[in-house]
Order: sequence, then structure tokens, then C-alpha cells
Amino acid sequence: MKKTLIAVAVLGLMAGTVQAQEVVVKIGHVGPLTGNIAHLGKDNENGARLAVEEYNAKGVSIGGKKVKFELIGEDDAADPKTGNIVAQRIVDAGVKGVVGHLNSGTTIPASRIYNSAGIPMISPSSTNVTLTQQGFPYIFRTMANDAQQGSVIGKYAATKLGKKVAIIDDRTAYGQGLADEVEKGVKANGGTVSSREFTNNQATDFSAILTKIKAQNPDVIVYTGMDAQGGPMLKQIKQLGIKTRFVTGDGGCTPEFIKLAGDSISDAAYCTQAGLPLDQIADKGFKDRFKKRFGADVQIYAPYAYDAAAALIEGMKAANSSDPAKYLPALKKVQFKGVTGEVAFDDKGDTKFGAITMYQFKAGNWVALK
Amino acid sequence: METLLQQIVNGLVVGSVYALVALGYTMVYGILGLINFAHGDVLMVGALVALQVIVFVQKTWPALGTIPTLLIGLSAAMIVCMALGYIIERTAYRRLRNAPRLAPLITAIGVSFLLQTLAMIIWGRNYHSFPQLISTAPLQPVDGVFITPVQIIILISSALLMVALILLVNKTRLGRAMRATAENHRVASLMGVDTNKIIAITFIIGSGLAAIAGVMFSSNYGVAHYAMGFTPGIKAFTAAVLGGIGNLGGAMVGGIVLGLVESIGAGYLGSATDLCHLPLWAQSASLQATCANGGSFELLSSNYQDIFAFVILGIVLIFRPTGLLGERVSDRA
Amino acid sequence: MNELAVAIPWLGSRNPKAARSVVLALMLIAPLIAALCGNTWVRILDFALLYVMLALGLNLVVGFAGLLDLGYIAFYAVGAYTWAFLASPHFGLHLPFWLVLPAGAGFAALAGLILGAPVLRLRGDYLAIVTLGFGEIVRIFMNNLNYPINITNGPQGVNMLDSLNLFGWDVSRHIPITDNFKINSLVMFYYVFLLFVVGSVIVIRRLQVSRIGRGWAAIRDDELAAKAIGINTRNMKLLAFAMGATFGGVAGGLFGSFQGFVSPESFSLMESIAILTMVVFGGMGNLGGVIIGAIALSLLPEILRSVALPVQHAIFGHVILDPEVLRMLLLSLAMILMMLIRPAGMLPAHARYSRPELASAGKGKQ
Repeated sequence: MKKTLIAVAVLGLMAGTVQAQEVVVKIGHVGPLTGNIAHLGKDNENGARLAVEEYNAKGVSIGGKKVKFELIGEDDAADPKTGNIVAQRIVDAGVKGVVGHLNSGTTIPASRIYNSAGIPMISPSSTNVTLTQQGFPYIFRTMANDAQQGSVIGKYAATKLGKKVAIIDDRTAYGQGLADEVEKGVKANGGTVSSREFTNNQATDFSAILTKIKAQNPDVIVYTGMDAQGGPMLKQIKQLGIKTRFVTGDGGCTPEFIKLAGDSISDAAYCTQAGLPLDQIADKGFKDRFKKRFGADVQIYAPYAYDAAAALIEGMKAANSSDPAKYLPALKKVQFKGVTGEVAFDDKGDTKFGAITMYQFKAGNWVALK
Repeated sequence: METLLQQIVNGLVVGSVYALVALGYTMVYGILGLINFAHGDVLMVGALVALQVIVFVQKTWPALGTIPTLLIGLSAAMIVCMALGYIIERTAYRRLRNAPRLAPLITAIGVSFLLQTLAMIIWGRNYHSFPQLISTAPLQPVDGVFITPVQIIILISSALLMVALILLVNKTRLGRAMRATAENHRVASLMGVDTNKIIAITFIIGSGLAAIAGVMFSSNYGVAHYAMGFTPGIKAFTAAVLGGIGNLGGAMVGGIVLGLVESIGAGYLGSATDLCHLPLWAQSASLQATCANGGSFELLSSNYQDIFAFVILGIVLIFRPTGLLGERVSDRA
Repeated sequence: MNELAVAIPWLGSRNPKAARSVVLALMLIAPLIAALCGNTWVRILDFALLYVMLALGLNLVVGFAGLLDLGYIAFYAVGAYTWAFLASPHFGLHLPFWLVLPAGAGFAALAGLILGAPVLRLRGDYLAIVTLGFGEIVRIFMNNLNYPINITNGPQGVNMLDSLNLFGWDVSRHIPITDNFKINSLVMFYYVFLLFVVGSVIVIRRLQVSRIGRGWAAIRDDELAAKAIGINTRNMKLLAFAMGATFGGVAGGLFGSFQGFVSPESFSLMESIAILTMVVFGGMGNLGGVIIGAIALSLLPEILRSVALPVQHAIFGHVILDPEVLRMLLLSLAMILMMLIRPAGMLPAHARYSRPELASAGKGKQ
């Protein structure tokens, strides 16, 4: 009796992974599959799934054996604590690599778990600069980060839209991080930041800070936060009789923003999006293959999730092993042509070829600028 | 000068909404000694029901004018919220009148969560854009100061509602019964007051006010979503305590004061704590570099907008533990 | 522990001794059973223990002294940020745990005094709203003190916190036994946290029956009478705030070391409310009840998460209510029904220490 109990306990304590003898290699994907950005989480998962299926169809051999990749999807509900628990679960499931998570807020805490478990993680959409600055060798991303996005916004605002810029952020990790980078970008390009104002991600009234900004008479207002605040903010800008240009980051670069801003939006509104617009990515057929497979249109980040999964597989191929410790060096050096273009990582794990696209509101839609 | 005037207008508009919600809190508290945590969520239900009905009416009878459409939406919201208020009182609070003090507070929080969750299931998690049936095109009564027709309506109607409520409580038979119930349930019922009915009516009136506040809120900002009641709920509760909870006039004063403090605070705290405004001789060398060319070094700024409410509340309560217009009630709880 | 043992249905009342050993055995093998279902569950248990500590501390303030505190999470935040400042690369300090943890507890106690001193005159709902405000003020400062000078690193939070290092033993490291067999650090964290919980329970039990504990009970049941019999109500109340805060501070430090990352969003008003709910749900003033309340309410959502999806898939073929919604729905219904059916919580406080009917009579409304 006692012996069985100990045996059971011993089994439970086992955390060591067994050498990969089987031909099935598991790859994890984590993103919010529930909650208000569930559609984006599903989009990412589908992107990764398409990659896995296409590599399986082509047939990949590692270590002389034919390998079948299997995607395990998990839901982090865009919540850091859930993200950690799910990260642990997916590590328990014995994945050899992870595509995810979607939000910086969940990816950063979870990255610690993957790194200490020694499992490579590639986020297709977390843009916070900190993610790759933690000194974790197992953490990568395929998307340009906030520093790159902020400097594009800052440069565009200061050089094309006017010298004097007011910045508002929503005091979230995303909004504050991006706002700091925008400020740097504005100053580096000869503009001045007339003021930094703040709101929060549950606010609906911005009249006080907008009135304060109005008194300083800036040329541009930059808002770094989500569409749910940005849309109503644009409305109040009009109601207070402020006539400036308005720029928002990728959090506001959505159809939702246009809906919420109602008749207040005009061609004085701009936004940025990390990555290329769908019709400019390298693999022109991606959109149709995706639609054919999942019956849904690509939302935003699916191509980057595809490339993240592809990078994991290319790394395994190059190292001729699916053992994370063995293929990690190969993953760091991997370079191949993915659906978004060339894919390669710098020494921190950031993408080497990150692109940022600027959009302007025209005739009811965000339209990409050259 | 225009900026200050504009900030006062902003503060009055925000404050009126707080005041309207605070009235509901304070009525229930005055009679039951209960914090109706779910009050803010009743506001949310009001806004979303109105949204649903307005969209429906616009589709079915597009010829109907904007004002009748809005009124239909508003009435529907009020009816639903009043019914909701009655149901909440009946099921979640009535049985707990003599329970330990914290029990009704926990059910109130539970009801608040429940309403949010149900709203999330019905209306989803997205922000909905609320049709703006009253013009939001800004007017300029004074040069450089902007106000929209919706905001004017908010100011006027919350003042009117407030007066009507005070008259109701002080001049009518129903009002007298309410005051008697607030004073002492048992004695009131001995005097022939149906206290259960009076308490139910109080909840119904409070919820009706919340519905109006919800529709105003959404008409002004053009958005509605399932968690929109939380922040105004907390702020309005603060306003009610600030004015002296249980006191109708106090709720109004508390709401307006809070609105003004928030907007003027957010507008001026930054420059008030800007170290660059220190006389030159007091500035260190590193500060002077920051301050050059109109730079600033603001210790506090609009990022602290949300704590003004609590700081003011703390200060007022330390010196007047029963709120600005409060009566004797320090031992009420 | 006694309360927990008695709470076991049937066995508890017949054979308290056996019941006690059942509780002990359950506590000790819980992580091993959990590990069978995956390390996820061990992690969840670890969090549950942190919540137990928080609930115990809050119970001291609300359950024993009768002071409604809606901003308790602030002390958790103070503890966690103390760890972040003193033991992380953020300021380049890496002090040992036996300095950092007491420092965190001390700062939290200080915060408790700072909160307690001005609100001594307030009672009931006024106290509730001021403490709520205090919790929000602390969170908002944590969120904003990165500008103009960076102190807390703002909404980004502080990362790479040192893990718990007990005199050379790093708890966060897996213990290798043989080549492919090692003891997971999550299990070790469980036992370390368990030690802290047991320690807290012992301290709190001693406090409860001491002069101080009886003084608190007197203040809770009738403040005027307490004053009349010579209890220094001011000092007693301050002591309650400070002691309650201390437990929050220690739990916060442990949280920081366990998670390795702190950010202001972990310390929202909802968390304060969640802990209060645990206390009231389990049975205010009853240690066993508070512990069960904390464990039940922190496990329930996770169990739902792993059960709800497969069950819905099996029955309906697709997901109708996502687990997050279902969790909120059940939690809110549980809160309402529990209070309607058992207003004093799952395990009502022992009559010797508490007479809740007195507390409600104080309303003067009936």
C-alpha cells in the first residue's frame, strides 16, 4: 500500500521529458480564444495551424524519421494569470515549441515559464519592447516591436503632420510603452512634445485632458491605446472644437474605431499597424489558401503566426532534431522565405525584417499609405 | 480664461451624471442603510436596453423623428430598469434585512457581477456605438467655450429631476412614508406604513433614475457596453458619501463637486506641480536642462485624475465624518 | 486546524482526532495528487495558498475587529513591490529573503497604520468607501510613478524578481533526483507556502484568544461598551489594521518571488472584493471557514475552466458559454444564494468568539 503510494507520488513528480522517439512532434499555440479579442486569437491559431498542415503535407524528416507535426491550441483569455497557468499546462503536454501568446501583457509573464522549461516560444503579435530584453534565450517574435512602431509614428507626426505633438496614453503596459517610443521618435525628428496626458482603459470622458491640450494648441494628437477609447476620444475632440490631426497605434487601427468615432472621423485621422497590409505580403496566395481552409478571412496577425510556426519547424529541420535544447541554436540562425517575407531573428530574438505600415482614413476605411 | 470656463463646463456635465446616479445610491441608503452595489449596473442595463430599442425602432419606423425614437427608447429602458430594481430588492435584499451587516453587501456585489455577466451574454463584450439622436454639434455660447445640445439637456434635466425628487420626498404622502421608514422601520409599520411597499418603491424610483442617467451617459459619449456601469457607479457612490449619504441635496452637491474637482484637477494639477515653475534660483542644473525651451517637469498630472475623488473624500470625511451635508449619522452603520 | 477538522461532515463530530489526521494528510499529499493531473494544478494550489494567507489577514480586520476593509489588496501590493524593489535588477538590489520579507511586512504594517490613523472615527460604509479609495490610490500610484522619475516602472511592471532563496536553497529550482526524474519547484513552493500558512494560523489563533483578540471582538460587537470597560479602542483598531496588513505584506512578497513579475494590474479593486468574498463566503471570524472559503473560491474557477469546455463540446457539439462567462455566472449566483441561505457563511463563527446578531442590531434601523 505504502509502496504504491510512493510510486504514485514519484510518477507525479516526474517532470523530465522522455527522449523524442515518436514521430509525432507537438507544437503549442496560445492565444485568447474567449473574451473580446477572441477573433484575433482564433486568427493566430489558424495561421499556425495552416503552417503545420502545409509542412505535414510536404513531408518533413528529422533524424531520418518522417515527422508529423501536431498543433495543440490553448486559451489564455488575454489574462496574465490564466496565461501563466495555460503556459504551464502546455509545457506539461510536452510541446517542442510554442507559437504565442497574442498580447504582451500575457506573453511577458508566460515567457519566463517557457524559458525555464527550455521550450522556444515565438510570439506572432506581442509588440512590447521588454519581451525580448529579458535575456531569455528561448524567446522570439516575428512582429516588429513597439520601439519600431513608435519611431514610425513619431517620425511621421513630426515631419509630415506638424511640429508640435501632444501624446495621450491609456496607462496600460501597451499604451505607455508605445507612447514613450512615440515621444522619442518625435524628438529625434525635430518635433516637440507639447504635453503628455493620460487616461485609462475604462474611461469614457476625456474632456478635461483634451481641454488642457487645446490650450497648448498642438498640430497633432497621438493616442496610444485601444479603439474603445480612441473612437469616443475623437468624438470629443470634435465636440470641443479642436482642429488637429489625430494618430493612433495598432490598438486603434480597426474597423471598430471607425464605427465608434461615427461622423467625427475624417481624413485627418491616421493609424499604424505592425506588419504589412495583406495585399503586400510576399506570399500572394496565402489569403486564398487561408480562406479555403478555414472559411474565414485573415484578421491581422495570421501570416505572422504562420511564419512563427514555420520558423520552429525550419529550426528543427536545420538542426535535424526536435529536441528544444538541440534545435535552439539552429533556430537562432534560421533564415528562410516565409509568407510575410524573409524571416530571421537578431541576437535578442526580435525579427530582423520588421515592417510598419501607416494608414489614413479615406472614404469609410483605413487605407494604407506608401 | 476660456480654458478655465471650458473645464468648468466639462466638470458640470460629468458632475450632473454622477449626481443623478448618486441620487439612487443615497435614496436606498437612506432607507435601508444598504450600499446597493448593483446600482451602476442598472445604469448599464438602461443604456443597453435603450440602444436595442432605438435600433429596433429606427429599423421598423424609420419615418419617426429622432426625439420620439429617443423617448421610446428611454421609456423602455426605464420600464425594464424599474422592473429590474424591484426584482433585485425582492429576491436579493429583502430576506437579508436582519442578517449580519456584510451579508447584503456581498449579495449586492453578487448582483452586480450577475448583471454584468448577463449583459455580456446578451450584448457581447464589444463596445456598441450608441445612436446620437440629439445633436452633438458643438455650440459656442461664449467665444472659445464649447457645449453640445446633449450636454445642455443633461444639465437641465438632472437639475429638474433633482427638484422633483426633493418635492416628492418632502411634500407628498409617499415621501412622508419614505421618511418615516428611513427613520425607523418598525415604528413606521406600526403607524400603518406598508414598509415593504415603500422600500420597493424606493428601489423602483432609484432604478428609473439610473435608466435615465444611463441613456444620458450613452447619448453624450456615443458608446455603451457591458462594464460601463462600474466606474460611474463607484464615482457616484463616492459623490453620495461626499455629500453625506442619505441626503438628497448632498448627493447633488457631492456629484457636482466631484465632477468639477476631476476636470479642474486634471486640467491644472500638472502645471501646478511643474517644478519648472519654481523660481530659477531654486532649480538644480539638471532641472534647468529639462526646463529649457518650454519643457516641463510635472510631478503629478492627469494620470492621477481618478484618485482626486478618493483624496477629496478622505479629507472631507476626516474633518466632517458625515459628509458635506450629512446629519448625525456617524454611528449609523 | 481544529475548525477544519470539525468541518468534515460526519467524521468531524464523531472522531475529531481522526478527522484531524485526515486534514493533515490531505494538506501534505495535496500537491502530489495535483501533480498527477499536471503541474498546472500544483501552480493553482500554490496560488490558493497565497489567497488563504490573504483571507486570513483580512479576516483579522473584518472578522475579528469588525472593520470593513475594501482596499486590502493594497497591502499585498506593498509586499510584492517591496520584493520587487529590494530583490530584482530593477534597482540592482538583491537582498536575501530574511531581510526583504520582514521589510515587506513592515512596510505593509506601516501602510496599515497610515490608512488606519485617519479613518478611526469612521464606521461601516464610510469606512468601506475610504478603504476602497485607499486601495485604488495605491494601485494608481504604482501605475504612474514612472513619470517624471521612474520608481515603479509604471504599467510595465517589474520583471525578473529574485526567486525565494532560503539560506542557499533556491526554491524555484527543480531538484534533480536522477537523470530523468526531478522534483518540480512548484511542489516545493507549495510546502514553503504551507509552512507560512500554518505559521499564520498559529499566530492568529493565539491572537484570537488573547487579550487583544477579545478586545477586538468587544469593539466589533459594541464599540461604546468596549470603551466603557476600559479598552483602548484607538490602539486596538490601529493594531488590527497593522496586523492584518502584515499578513498581506508577507503574502505579497511570496507572490512576487513566486511569479517573478509584478505589475499594478494584479492589484485591482476586483481582487480586494474577491478576497472579501472568500472571507464572507467561508464564514467571517471562523478560521476554518475562511480557509475553506479561500480554497474553494480559488479552485472553483480553474475547475470550471477545465470542465466546462469539454462538457459543452460533448453535449452541444460547440461552445455556448465560454468558461470565463460561466465562471462569472456561477460565482455571482453562488455569492447571492450563499448569502440568502447561510448569511453567516459556510462555517459560521463559533459563538464564543462572535455574535453576529449583535453586529446587525447596531444598525438601529429595525
